[in-house]
Amino acid sequence: MSFVKKRKIKNMFALSLSVFSAIVGLFWLVFILSSVLVKGLSSLNLSLFLNDPAPPGIPGGGLRCAFVGQAIITLIATVIGVPLGVLGGTYLAEYGRNKKYSAIISSLADMMTSFPSIVVGVFVYTIMVRPMGHFNGYAGAVALAIIMIPIIVRTTEETLKLVPWELREAAFALGAPYYKVIKDIVFRGAATGLFTGVLLSVARVAVETAPLLFTSFNNSFLTLNPNQPMPSLTVTIYQYAMGPYEAWHRLAWGASFVIILFVLVASVLGRWIISKRYKNG
Amino acid sequence: MGEVLIRVRNLNFYYGKNRILKDISLDIYKNTITALIGPSGCGKTTFLRCFNRMHDLYKGNRYEGEIIYNGENILKTQDLIRLRSKIGMVFQKPTPFPMSIFDNVAYGLKLKGIKRKSEIEAIVEKSFTEAALWDEVKDKLNSPATSLSGGQQQRLVIARTLAVEPDIILFDEPTSALDPIATAKIEELVRHLKNITTVLIVTHNMQQAARISDYTAFMYRGELIEFNKTENIFTNPKEELTERYITGRFG
Repeated sequence: MSFVKKRKIKNMFALSLSVFSAIVGLFWLVFILSSVLVKGLSSLNLSLFLNDPAPPGIPGGGLRCAFVGQAIITLIATVIGVPLGVLGGTYLAEYGRNKKYSAIISSLADMMTSFPSIVVGVFVYTIMVRPMGHFNGYAGAVALAIIMIPIIVRTTEETLKLVPWELREAAFALGAPYYKVIKDIVFRGAATGLFTGVLLSVARVAVETAPLLFTSFNNSFLTLNPNQPMPSLTVTIYQYAMGPYEAWHRLAWGASFVIILFVLVASVLGRWIISKRYKNG
Repeated sequence: MGEVLIRVRNLNFYYGKNRILKDISLDIYKNTITALIGPSGCGKTTFLRCFNRMHDLYKGNRYEGEIIYNGENILKTQDLIRLRSKIGMVFQKPTPFPMSIFDNVAYGLKLKGIKRKSEIEAIVEKSFTEAALWDEVKDKLNSPATSLSGGQQQRLVIARTLAVEPDIILFDEPTSALDPIATAKIEELVRHLKNITTVLIVTHNMQQAARISDYTAFMYRGELIEFNKTENIFTNPKEELTERYITGRFG
């Protein structure tokens, strides 16, 4: 057999293998998404967003309280986690670069990103829920923020390091102090990456269940006060999916659909804003 | 000879324990172009980066001697921000900032605290004109600077440097990343720059030094071997080493 033919066969083999693997991966993705889409879409109606849960067995009812609670908890977590994470990552990439302890902190943050989230839940339970005496939304937000911070620290560090060093030198050469170099040049150069990092981390914590079970717990009533137990979509999905009622299952599918849609819309929107902003300089 | 802008006396530079620059003394004359030539690793870029104290960004560097500018030793000054706004620098690779073409040039002005929009616009236009780029960018000032070609980006960086009205601009092999046509444009531009400022340029390319500079300094292994008017260096070098280098017998 000629050399060329052999190579062509090898090429065919490698190609079909990779196509096959891609199909296997995509199959499950499409399977999960389509079942959530089909079942979630059929359980979508206005009452899902406008009503609070009805007592078991009574038809109707919605998850308004869970949507509101989830939004509040995620928002507080973002407000705590994003500044801390971005500033921490900035320190590691800029002021602390080439320092030994920065490398240690960075690897610790790496380990933290795959830390079991249930442990974070128990930890926050000990430091916040126990002393305060009751489950509350703040504790849930802090738990999510703790999961968020190492993710943002690492993505921030990595994206800032991607900005060429020459660009910083050029800004220094114009007479810019370091904080302005970081603010005006490095952050701008890394804007897309930073935003993606934040978005990923929000998406990651928005689907966390375990840390909220121990902290914000759940609540069947609408509350805007984070000092009370707060309902969230994920905990609600967990409880309703495990529950015995058909109506609960439908609500859980609906909530799953909305969460996935949220993650999708958030990422598309984020990218669009970045491209727009960049055009206007 | 004209007025001396910067006086270098017995400059030594150490990286850790290594002595990189050895007892360099030379004068840079106002509104002239001085070229630094020499084989790779001779310390020309290291020398150039002493003028705006770029070495201060890294640990383990130490200067000795004097670079006198405006009656002050640059190597001792505390106010690096003011120093760097008077001593501009253009790098080997174009370094457009991730912002619009206009904002790139306006950035140095904002650093200086100039806030009036009309003033900024006027200086930006003047700087682009001086950098021979205005006609090419005037209709797309809001486009990202990275949309320009390499040669245009380098002229943008020169415009950005000119905007803060430096007394001298340091060029670190500004054309080594560019094609011949873009190189010719930059050379033409640099030649004109001596009407408004002073130029110190590191170049790998001896023909370039011969074409554009008034004075040439030949460096070898951290030492300044010969410094003279460019025509003298290239037609009648006093040192044998210089002659061997410019005739291409080593380097």
